[in-house]
Formats: sequence, C-alpha cells, structure tokens
Amino acid sequence: VSRGSLKWLIPAAVLPVLALLAYGFWTDPRGEVRSPQIGRPAANFTLTTFAGTPVSMETLRGRVVVVNFWASWCVPACYEEAPVLEQAWRDYKDRGVTLVGINIQDKDEAARKFMDQFKFTFPNAMDTGGKVAVDYGVYGVPETFFIDRKGRIRERKVGAVTDETFRGHVERLLAEPS
Amino acid sequence: VESLPDERGMTIGAPEIGYAITVVALALAAWGAVAAVTSARGGAATLLATAERAAVGVWALITAAMLVLVHAFLTFDFSIRYVAANTNRGTPFYYRITALWGALEGSIILWAWMLGLYTFIVVWRYRRRQPELYPWVLAVMLTTLAFFLLVMAVPAPPFERLSPVPPDGRGLNPLLEDSGMITHPVALYLGFTGFTVPFAFAVAALALGRTGEEWITITRRWTIIAWYFLSLGLLIGGWWSYHVLGWGGYWAWDPVENAAFMPWLTGTAFLHSVMIQERRRMLKLWNLTLIILTFGLTLFGTFLTRSGIIGSVHAFTQGSIGVFFLSFLAVVLLGSFSLLAWRVERLRGQGDLDSIVSRESVFLLNNVFLVAASFTVFFGTIFPLLTEAARGTKVSVGAPFFNLVNIPLFLSLLFLMGVGPLIAWRRASLESLKRNFLKPVLAGLVAAAVLYAAGIANVLVLTCMALVVFVTGTMVLDFWRAARARRRTGDGWMAATGGLLLRQNRRYGGFVVHLGVLVVALGVAGSQAWSHQTEATLGKGESVELAGYRVRFDGLAATEESNHFKVTGTFSVAHGARPVDVLQPAKKFYPQEQSPIAYVDYRLGFIEDVYLVLGDFARDGSQATIKVQVNRMVSWLWLGGVVLTLGAVLAVLPDRRRPA
Repeated sequence: VSRGSLKWLIPAAVLPVLALLAYGFWTDPRGEVRSPQIGRPAANFTLTTFAGTPVSMETLRGRVVVVNFWASWCVPACYEEAPVLEQAWRDYKDRGVTLVGINIQDKDEAARKFMDQFKFTFPNAMDTGGKVAVDYGVYGVPETFFIDRKGRIRERKVGAVTDETFRGHVERLLAEPS
Repeated sequence: VESLPDERGMTIGAPEIGYAITVVALALAAWGAVAAVTSARGGAATLLATAERAAVGVWALITAAMLVLVHAFLTFDFSIRYVAANTNRGTPFYYRITALWGALEGSIILWAWMLGLYTFIVVWRYRRRQPELYPWVLAVMLTTLAFFLLVMAVPAPPFERLSPVPPDGRGLNPLLEDSGMITHPVALYLGFTGFTVPFAFAVAALALGRTGEEWITITRRWTIIAWYFLSLGLLIGGWWSYHVLGWGGYWAWDPVENAAFMPWLTGTAFLHSVMIQERRRMLKLWNLTLIILTFGLTLFGTFLTRSGIIGSVHAFTQGSIGVFFLSFLAVVLLGSFSLLAWRVERLRGQGDLDSIVSRESVFLLNNVFLVAASFTVFFGTIFPLLTEAARGTKVSVGAPFFNLVNIPLFLSLLFLMGVGPLIAWRRASLESLKRNFLKPVLAGLVAAAVLYAAGIANVLVLTCMALVVFVTGTMVLDFWRAARARRRTGDGWMAATGGLLLRQNRRYGGFVVHLGVLVVALGVAGSQAWSHQTEATLGKGESVELAGYRVRFDGLAATEESNHFKVTGTFSVAHGARPVDVLQPAKKFYPQEQSPIAYVDYRLGFIEDVYLVLGDFARDGSQATIKVQVNRMVSWLWLGGVVLTLGAVLAVLPDRRRPA
C-alpha cells in the first residue's frame, strides 16, 4: 500500500466511533425497560369522582379498562392528550371499554378547570394522598395503563397518548376472548 | 404580543414571529456560508461583502429571536410551548429570564447567539488584517451557525405553538432555580462556542495550505478565552452541584460533566502543544488534530447532553435532535480530517526532538497524558453503549473507574506543570536542572514528610500536596530570580514585579493560571482527605456532634412560597462552646415534582464548610433527620477559579514585549 493511500486512514479512523454513536442513537435510550407491572393484575382502588360517584377497579372486571394519570400543571403532554382521550371515550364507551382519569398531585380547583376546558365526560377522580399512583408505579404524568377484561395490566404508555396508540391497544384487547 | 386571528383564521403571535425570524436567519446564514466559500475560491470580492453582511444580519436576527422569547417569558405567553414547559405564574422574575436556557430549545438559541457574537467579532477584527484566511474562517463559522439555526428550525423549535393555550405553565425544573444556573450555562457555552474560532482558522489554514504558525499565532488569545470560559463553566457547575444537589460533592463523573470535561482536556493539550510549534515548528499535524478533536468534542458534548443516548442523573433534556448532531459531527470530523489527510505532506515538522530531557519532551508528555485522560473519559462515558452493542446489556462504569485511571494521570500532569515552564528547550544540562529544581524538590519532600507526620496516610493525597508544594516552589523560584534581575536594572521590588507581570504577561499569566489549578488541586485533595459526615434523627432540642461542631435541632416551620410548599428546619450550630451560626436547610415540595427537592444550608469557610441537608421529619415537627457534613477545603475550588480568572486576564493582555 502506498503512502498516498495510507493517509486516508486518518479520516477513516473516525468511522467506527460515528457508527457506535449512530447505533446508540437508533436504539431506544431507555433501553426498553419493560414495566414489571405488565402481565400483573391491576391494583384495586376505590375513589370518588369529581362528580361525586364512586369508581372502583373491582366493579369494572369484564370490561377493558384504560386508566390515565394526569395533572392540570402537566404542560404540554396532558393538554395534548386530553382531546384524544375524550374522543376515544365517546367512541368506545358503548363497546365495553371504560376510561378512568386519575388526577394526581393537583389542586381541586385547577383540576376542575382542566376538565371543563376539555369537556370531560368520562369518570375522573382525584388520588388524594397519591396511593393509587404509587400502586401503579407512576413516575410522571401523563401515564396510561391498558387493562384487559381479566383485570391484568397489558400495556403502559408513558407520555401523551395518541389516538393511534389508544385505538391500537384497545382494539387488540377487545378482540381477545373474554 | 397579543395573538389575534386574522381574517383567514390564522393566528399570528409570538410563536409565529419567532419562528419566522429563525427561518430567515437560517437562510441568511446558509447563503452567507455559500457566498464566503465562493469568494474564498476566487469568486468576486463583492460576494465576501455579502457574506459579511449576512453574518452581521444573522447575529441581529438571533438577538431579536432571543428578545421575543425573553418577552414571552416575562409576560407568561403560554402560547409558546417552551414557555409553558419552563415557567409558571409562580416563577420568580429573574428565573423567568434564565428559564430561557432552562431546557434544550432555549439553550440552542443561547448557543447560536454566542456563536453569532464570536462571528461578528471575527468579521470586525480580521476582515482587513487576514484577507486570505478570513473568507474561509467566515465560511466555517457561518456553516456552524447555519447548523444551529437548522436545529432551531426543525428538531428543537423554541417557538413551537401550544394549542390550546393552558392557563398556567408547568414551571422551571426546581433544581435550576439557583443563581449558579444563571452563570454556569453562559460560561460553559462561551467556552464551547469559543473553540469554533481556532477551529475555523485551522480549517482555513488547511484549505489554503498555509500550515505554518500563522493560524496559531492569530488564535492564541481566542484559545485562551475559550479555555478560560470552559474552565469557569466547569467550576461553576461544580459549585451548583455542591450547594444544590445536596450530596456534598462537586463532581460525579456524570456523562453531562464528562461532556464538558473532554474538550477541556484536549483544549488544554492544544493550548500547550501550540507553544512547541511556535517555538520549534514541530507538531503541526498534531496541533491540527487536537483542535479538530476539541471542536468535535464540543459538538459531541451537546449531542451527549441533548440526545439522551446515555442516561444521566441530570439529563434535563431528551430530544430527537440526536440525528442532526450526529450528522453534523460526521461532516465536521470526516471533512476536516480529510482536509488534513490531503495536506499531510505539508505537515511534516521541521524540528526534531534533541533530547528526552527538554521542554519539548515535557510538553509532549503533557499532551500524551491529557489526551489519555480525555480518551479515558470518552471511553468511560460511552462504555454503556459499547457493552450494549456487544452484549446486549447496558453496563455503566462509575467513579471508581474514572478515578483509578485519571488520578495517576492528573498527578503526573501536576509534576510536569512544575517541570515544563522552567526546563530548557532542546536539551537541559544537569547543571540547569539542579539550579532550577533542587530546592523545589526538597521543599516538596519536606512538605510530604511534615504532612505524613501530621497524620495524612493517604498516598494519593500526600503525593498531590507534595506536588503542589514542588510546583509552587518552581514558580516562586523562577519569579524571584527574574524580579531580582530586573531590580538590578534599578527598579524597586514593586516596580520590578509589576513590570515583570505586565511585560512578560504571557509567561506569568500562564504561571498564575497554573497557580489557580494548584489551588483547585489542593481543594480536591483536602476535601477527599479531611471531610466528615454523619446522619442523625433528632428530637427537638437534641443535638449531634461532628468534628468539633454541635448541631442542635430547634424546630420545623412550613411556609407556602410563590411556586412551592416549603418545610424548613432550624438548627443551631456551635463550635465547642461558641455559637457559630443558625442554619435552615429545607425541603421544597413542588406540585410538578414527584419527590421533594432538598434545599441545602451551609456555612462556607476558608478551611471548612458546615453543610446541612434535611432528611425525613415528623409532621408535628417533633423530630427530624439531618445529614451533617464538615467539608474541608472545598472553598479552595472556588478560590482557584478566581486565581484562574486573574491569570487568564493577564495572559490575554496585549503583548508588550518589543520584538528582539
């Protein structure tokens, strides 16, 4: 090999490092840590909704349940997913799906204002004391859990839910034999 | 700016104005870069004037964009997503300004603005003075600016509209509500972007084949300035970590810290190795390689911090901009190293190493150690990626690895710091070695013996302190001799030392910077060797003792602050029988955070700090857990920063020596 071509090894030496960084970028930075909750029975809770009616996980067995944790100060993600959730609720409530919103670490007034803004019609309750959030291993808002008819957590979505994810998960769970 | 829908129902408000400014600036920067390259390759001179105007225009536009964003922050314009995500109505006034760089998008604006400022100074200073190199320099700087503006326009737009507009924002990350966050990013980014100037001159020199000392002489001050700001940024980062994070340390080998430390190491190597080229015309290829690496590492640092490829305890941002940074990094590295390869025949050194015992070889060794340290840090930082690629699991290496490899390197560098400035060029005689080093070596040995007798058993700490004494000895000896020589010419002591500092400001500026580094080194060694800590759960009126201090728990109080709820503990601190201070560490509960934020309280001292962190407490205020630390010599780190500043100022003063 001549000296003339050897010199091009200088820039070529950079390539492996770039390749490694590219690899690092294209793999999931979170390392696909699957939630230990997945496949486990969803923790039970009994809360009182803002409207004053009780809502309990146990009574919902046999339905596909979507539990969404949110807060009024969660900008912008909760604001982005709110219209999506309300629309999905309207589309699915008569097809055996229940959506439960759980408001955490919030003030009553601010939470009500949020629900008014997005004209929420699905049951929402405040998790006073944060026990439900702890049971579900929530580490930020928004977080959404998709629970099958047998009451097991099947999917967990961290961050704003899109229409596509919501429908995808719910349709799959509805298709399963009950 | 009020958002009003126009007749077609489109909304024109601050987000749209800011975005429009960004896009125009991007187009202008790209056009300016093209014009500069065309004129550099022999195109019309009017094109160069166009490129210059573009450069000035870009800076003005980025300034305007920044002002739009600041205005949005001050007026709580939550129609901008970035504002809503980083402030709320409770955010105090001046954190609403610093919230500008509280997260990714705004940091990029600040970054681009500083680069624009540097570009403006380059235009102003070099358009007449360096007619050949200048067009290429301008082209490189405008290209880099265009890249950052592209990031602002596509993957990380600071002006994205949020719809519907929320009544209140999320609020700034509480950890960033601190005065250190006002200065830390500013200093760090001035350092990062500052290295663009020497890099641009290096590329210009390669493009023209003018690979002599010219580009190095021109960029000497720029390098010092960039290096200084980077050093300051690192130290302020340490200060923030120390007094905000509440673990009592200032450095954790966190990827984000490493990201700033790597270019500092190669930049330091560059700062030294250029002196050999200036003096002996050696190391041309090496110097170009170092500045390319340093610039590449500043980009890599941003990539690392902002892409989230490696998890970090304080990765404040995650984004999809990684692919942009990686592409630009690839262009920069492949492009400039290809230029280097193309010019490699011209880069042969003209001098040879005459002897191992010479200043050249000491500088070379210094470079080898610094680059080795940088490589170690790089390796350790990307290690999780390597293992993931090879074995499928992410394994991190922690502080033990970094310390194990780097501490010997840093101690060796301290030793070289004593030898380098005094040893003769080319070949040092035994006589001159004795003259310069015998006394300092003895002083170091005596210091080691005294400290050992005083009970310091840790070999590393002992070595570090002895080396500091040795290096200080060499500097004092050298300075004293020079001052004495000047005094012989009739000056008084004051005039002799003052004249020496100002007339040989390059040399003695370097000495003072070294002194600053020594003070920092003492701080590190002292805090490792002599700090104490304990933790205790105290009932009201009970106290805990540590290192001669008695800390008594006096009670708890809860207050509602503008944007959080705060529980404050009151602790009286006494030293022996003498009351020293009343400290009030607290826990702050922000609605947007899952866990409370510790608010550390401390009493700083020249020799030792008393440092309190509030742990759990009983709701009725009857009990509290308190972590007490007595941290020794940590203040020396901040003091070292002050000395470093003085040295850097001295070193960049205009050269007053008349050419011989």
